Amino acid sequence: MQKAVPTTEYANEIRNEPIEHRFNPYSDNGGTILGIAGEDFAVLAGDTRQTTGYSINSRYEPKVFSVGDNLLLSANGFAGDATQLVKVFENRLKWYHFNHNKKLETASAARLIQHMLYGKRFFPYYVHTIIAGLDKDGKGEIYSFDPVGSYEREQCRAGGAAASLIMPFLDNQVNFKNQMDPASHGTKKREVRYLTLDEVIQLVRDAFTAATERHIEVGDGLEILIVTKEGVRTEYFPLKKD
Amino acid sequence: MNHDPFHWGRPSADTYGEYNYNIAHASNADRSTSTNSEFPRMHTQQPMITGTSVIAIKYNDGIVMAADHMGSFGSLMKLDDLQRIIPVGKSAAVGISGDISDFQYLERLLDDLEIEDSYDMESDNLKADYLSEYLTRVMYNRRSKMNPLWNAIIVAGFDGKGELVLKHVDLLGVSYSSPTLATGFGNHLAIPLLRKKVDSEEDVKKLSKEDAIQTVKDCMKVLFYRDARSWNKYSLCVIEKSTQSIEIEKDVAVEGMRWDFAQHITGYGIPQL
Repeated sequence: MQKAVPTTEYANEIRNEPIEHRFNPYSDNGGTILGIAGEDFAVLAGDTRQTTGYSINSRYEPKVFSVGDNLLLSANGFAGDATQLVKVFENRLKWYHFNHNKKLETASAARLIQHMLYGKRFFPYYVHTIIAGLDKDGKGEIYSFDPVGSYEREQCRAGGAAASLIMPFLDNQVNFKNQMDPASHGTKKREVRYLTLDEVIQLVRDAFTAATERHIEVGDGLEILIVTKEGVRTEYFPLKKD
Repeated sequence: MNHDPFHWGRPSADTYGEYNYNIAHASNADRSTSTNSEFPRMHTQQPMITGTSVIAIKYNDGIVMAADHMGSFGSLMKLDDLQRIIPVGKSAAVGISGDISDFQYLERLLDDLEIEDSYDMESDNLKADYLSEYLTRVMYNRRSKMNPLWNAIIVAGFDGKGELVLKHVDLLGVSYSSPTLATGFGNHLAIPLLRKKVDSEEDVKKLSKEDAIQTVKDCMKVLFYRDARSWNKYSLCVIEKSTQSIEIEKDVAVEGMRWDFAQHITGYGIPQL
């Protein structure tokens, strides 16, 4: 038999279980990262602002790391988990060298990160992770992960606070989505081609200046790490500090 | 009455039935004798006695850090002579805000580190960058056990090369570095004043020691004016790179306050007309 419960607004608010105020082990530290793969290079960029809520913690707190083996790694979201993930990865990489005495391929690094993330499936690292490197043929590659380890190799990916602002721009400008060959009068899609490094850097800078305008958690500085067969180099560009 | 020494003062269960631990919500009653076991295991869910802001700023030859001497229990001033900036080794000073019992636990951890480090009779190896890394790991591990140390910490000092280190660590294990840092209310009240002087590493080169000390003193004044859980006595830590010295001055008093009728005051923290 069903109890006769009055369906007033107030009745819906009555709860029988005690109200518990629990410690929240997560916070959102803002920021955005972006990776683009080229023909013989890959870039991984991130803004250098770190926030909690409306406070700017720091205007320069780098979050893209060159971890060795021509590999770039960045985790964006909750900064506590992000640093932990990078540290554990660096340690696992060190032990990989001890045990196997060879370079860790980007594809293997990606699989390792999947296991590290899925291993904490029920208390996840609250981060969007992207790695960048070169594959065995020397072509640039980007792998992106969700917080629990689902991953994919891609040509480009934005992650973090302004990912939803940057990603559609990338779809259009890197993968030429919704672009037509002008000569065909809108009957043929524009052929995809590899972008040059200069084009990519300009694209990354545009993406971040645009995201800085529209997202309060993005700004202060842009750090772009570029991986080529010669190694890793870093470029820094200031962003608006407001 | 049950006269078993372990149950003195308790009504006999045979006569009165089992003691009801729900009386007065006696949730932390001795669980071995309690029949009421549905209550979850309790960790620190809120701080008890707390210390308010710690603030710090970099200048062209070092760091100035300050924290007041109060420990508050809610709105009660429980402690009024509590030094919350502590020296660790010869190359670091640590300023801690938040729960005071957790602060004292951290103090013990840092003391243990110092003892461990001094056994080999070598020169000091306990550098500020190692300390901030250690504290970040301690804080992150405790948050991951859902049993946080309820503090925000500022570590200031020198690294192995004698360069300046200034780091902030909080109860979630999030750490960051910036030329101006503050915890708690200082984050809202002092940071804008500090960033007016120093907003980037370039500005650091332009700020003298005297100006940095004055800025920090002004901030402590504003905090005493506006933060109800602050006190007018504080410790002032001055770190100097050229001499590799760390000096902590206790019982510094907030000076030049004006408590006139509000009509005659033009704003807090700025020179009065």
